[in-house]
Amino acid sequence: MKVRANFSLVMNLDKCIGCHTCSVTCKNVWTNRKGVEYAWFNNVESKPGIGYPKNWEDQEKWNGGWELHDGKLQLKSGNRRSILKNIFMNPNMPTIDDYYEPFTYDYATLQNSGLVEATPTARPRSLIDGSRMEKIEWGPNWEDDLGGKFKQRGADVNFSEMEKQVYGEFEQTFLMYLPRMCNHCVNPACVAACPSGSLYKREEDGIVLVDQDKCRSWRMCISACPYKKMFYNWESGKAEKCTGCYPRVESGLPTVCSESCVGRIRYNGVMLYDADRIEELASVANEQDLYQAQLDLFLDPNDPEVIKQAKEDGIPDSWMEAARQSPIYKLIVDWKVAFPLHPEFRTLPMVWYVPPLSPVQSQIDQGNLSTMADGAIPSIENLRLPMQYLANMFTAGDEKPIVAALKRMIAMRSFYRSKHVEGKTDLKVLEEVGLNEDQVNEMYRYMAIANYEDRFVIPTSHEELRQEDFHSFQGQNGFSFGNDGCSISDNASLFPDKRKKTHDNLEFVRYHPAAKRSDGEKA
Amino acid sequence: MNLSNLLFGIYPYIALTTFLVGSLIRFDREQYTWKADSSQIFEKEQLQKGSILFHIGVLALFMGHFAGLVTPHSWFLSLGVSDMMHQIVAISAGAAFGSLCMMGGVILWKRRMFHPRVRANSRFMDLFILNWILVTLGVGLLTIPVSIYHAFSGDTSAMIALADWAQATLSLNANAALLDNVGFIYKLHLFLGMSVFFFFPFSRLVHVWSMPLGYMFRPYQIVRTKFVKQR
Repeated sequence: MKVRANFSLVMNLDKCIGCHTCSVTCKNVWTNRKGVEYAWFNNVESKPGIGYPKNWEDQEKWNGGWELHDGKLQLKSGNRRSILKNIFMNPNMPTIDDYYEPFTYDYATLQNSGLVEATPTARPRSLIDGSRMEKIEWGPNWEDDLGGKFKQRGADVNFSEMEKQVYGEFEQTFLMYLPRMCNHCVNPACVAACPSGSLYKREEDGIVLVDQDKCRSWRMCISACPYKKMFYNWESGKAEKCTGCYPRVESGLPTVCSESCVGRIRYNGVMLYDADRIEELASVANEQDLYQAQLDLFLDPNDPEVIKQAKEDGIPDSWMEAARQSPIYKLIVDWKVAFPLHPEFRTLPMVWYVPPLSPVQSQIDQGNLSTMADGAIPSIENLRLPMQYLANMFTAGDEKPIVAALKRMIAMRSFYRSKHVEGKTDLKVLEEVGLNEDQVNEMYRYMAIANYEDRFVIPTSHEELRQEDFHSFQGQNGFSFGNDGCSISDNASLFPDKRKKTHDNLEFVRYHPAAKRSDGEKA
Repeated sequence: MNLSNLLFGIYPYIALTTFLVGSLIRFDREQYTWKADSSQIFEKEQLQKGSILFHIGVLALFMGHFAGLVTPHSWFLSLGVSDMMHQIVAISAGAAFGSLCMMGGVILWKRRMFHPRVRANSRFMDLFILNWILVTLGVGLLTIPVSIYHAFSGDTSAMIALADWAQATLSLNANAALLDNVGFIYKLHLFLGMSVFFFFPFSRLVHVWSMPLGYMFRPYQIVRTKFVKQR
C-alpha cells in the first residue's frame, strides 16, 4: 500500500442552475489571454448535447483515454511507438473549429459610424487572423438550454443503447447541466501521452500540471485527454490546462469555480488512494466494474492501517484530518451518491458528480404520476431523465448504482418533508434505501444546507516544510516566464519573442468623442 | 584572406559555434520559447501531407549527409564501398529523399504563406527559415544532375573533395583550398546549408534537439514532488 492524497471535487448536479458563473470566473482568472480565448478550463454544457469541443465524448472519433490491449492498459491513441510516429501530424487532434473560432466585435463602429439610416452594428471579427466573421457557429455552450435541433444534439453518445427519437418530442424532452473541468485523474492519459514528459501529477495534492518550460508543443496530450480539457495555446505554442487553482488550494482556499458557485454545488476536499493499485484497478476487464474499482482504490482515513502507512508515506497530519472531514469522502464512499464522469475512459477521474433529480412537478400536481407514500415526492420511475442516459454518463451504462443514489436523495427529501410539513419522523422511507437517521441528517447538512465550511475542507500545503529557507523567495518576480525579470529590454532579445505578435484589429472606443488621446491626436 | 577562405575556412566555425552555443544559451535562458510551435490547431489536411513528407525527407537527408560526409574515406574502402558506388548511392538516395522533402516542403510553404490563420500566426523567423531551407534544398537538388554527369564521366573527385573538406573542418583543420575544384553549385549549397545551422538557435528548428526518443523508455505516469528529497 502506498497512500497518496488527491485534491478532489464533487459537483451536485441536482442543484446546478446552469448560470455559468464558474466558467466566467475561471476565464477571468486563468484564460483571459491571447491564444487561449477559445479555451475554457471550466465550461457548463447542456445535456443532451454534443458539447465542446464537438462530440468530445465520442472516443471512436478522438481516440482519447485508455483501452485494454490484450488485458493491458494502453492509450487509445496507440502504443508509445505509434504516438511518436504521429508526432509530425497528430491525426486525433481537434482543430480550432471543433472548439470555436475566437472572436470579438467591432464595437468601435457603434460610436465611430457616420450618420446612417439603420442603427450601426458591431459585427464579429476573428481574433486569430482579424478577418470578418459572417456568423458565429459554435461555442463552449452552444446548445444552451437545449438550443438547436434535436437531430444535432441527439448525436450525444450518451444516447447509446437507447431509443432516442422519443426524447426529441417536446413532451418527452429532458435537460440537465454538466459543468466540466479537468478531472485531475489518478491515471491521467495526458501525462502518459506527453512525449517530452512536461505533464506531471503532484505527489502532495494530485493536481495535474504542465511544466510550461518543458512543453515542446508535441500536442499529444490534447488528443489523449478523453475529456478534451487539455488546450493548445496557439499563441505561445504550449499546452495549458486547469491548474486546480493550486495557488489558492495551497493556501487552503477553494478553487475559483467552487468559490463563486451560486448554487453551492461544488465540494472541495481530500481523498486518499492506494497508488500501488492504480494499474490493477484501472484495467478491470468489464467497463461497468470501473466505478466499483475506483471505490476500491480509495482508502479509509479512519482505518488504523491506512493512518500508519500514511505517516510513513509522509502525509501530514493536517491532511489526514482533512481526509476524515472530507465532504468528498462522505458523498462518494459513505452515501454513494456521487459518480465519476465516464469511468470507461479508465483515467480514474477525481471530479465526481451527484446525478440530478428531475421531477415532473406539474404532472404530479395534477395527480397523473405515482408518488411516494407521502403523496408529494415522485417515485424514481417517474423522473424525467432516463436512467440509462445517466448511467451511460456516470457508470458505463450500469443503472443500478444511479437508481440507488437517486432513491437515497429522494428518501432524504421525503424524510425531511414529513419532518417539516407533517411534524413526524418517517423512518420507514429511510430503511428502504439503507440509511439511518444520523446519516440522513448529515446528508441533509451537506447536500441541502451545504455551508461553506462543510463544502470546502482544504488543508494548506506545508510550504514551510518545503523551503529550507522560506525567505529565499522574497523579492523574486512571481509568476512570469523565462527571463522576464532579467533581460535588458522587453523589446530586444536574441531569440524569438515568447509570443507571436499577431496584428490586433481592435479599435478602442473613445468614450467621449471630443476627448483627446494621450498622444495628442484629436479624435 | 580571400572570399573562399572566409566562406569555407572561417564561416563554418562561426556557423557551428552559433549553432552550439546559441542553442545552449537559449535552452538555458529561454526554455519557454523552446518548442516545435505546431500550427496544427489551425489546419490539419495540408499539414498531414506536407509535414510527414517533409520530415521523413529532411531526417533522411540529414543522416545521409552526415554518414556520407563524415565517414572517413578509408572506412568506406575497407567496407568494400568503392567511390563510384558511394556516389551512386548518394545520388539516388539524395534524389529520392530530396524530392520527398521538396514535395512536403512546398505543401508546407503554400500552407504557411497562404493559409490565412497560419500566416497570421507566423513570425518573421518562421517564414524566413522555411524559405531558406527550401532554397537550400532546391540548390541541393540542382547538384544532382551535375553529380550524375560526373558519375557518367567516372569522376568522383568532387564528392571526395567535399567529404575531405567536411572532415577537415570538423577536425578543426579547415582548408578551403580543398574545394578549389568543386563546382559553384556545390559551394552555394554548402553556404546555404551552413547558414541553416547559423540560424538554427534563433528559429523554431531548436525542436530538433528535443526529439523525444526518451518517451519510448519512460513509465507512463510522472509524479513530481514539491519537496527536495532528503539525501
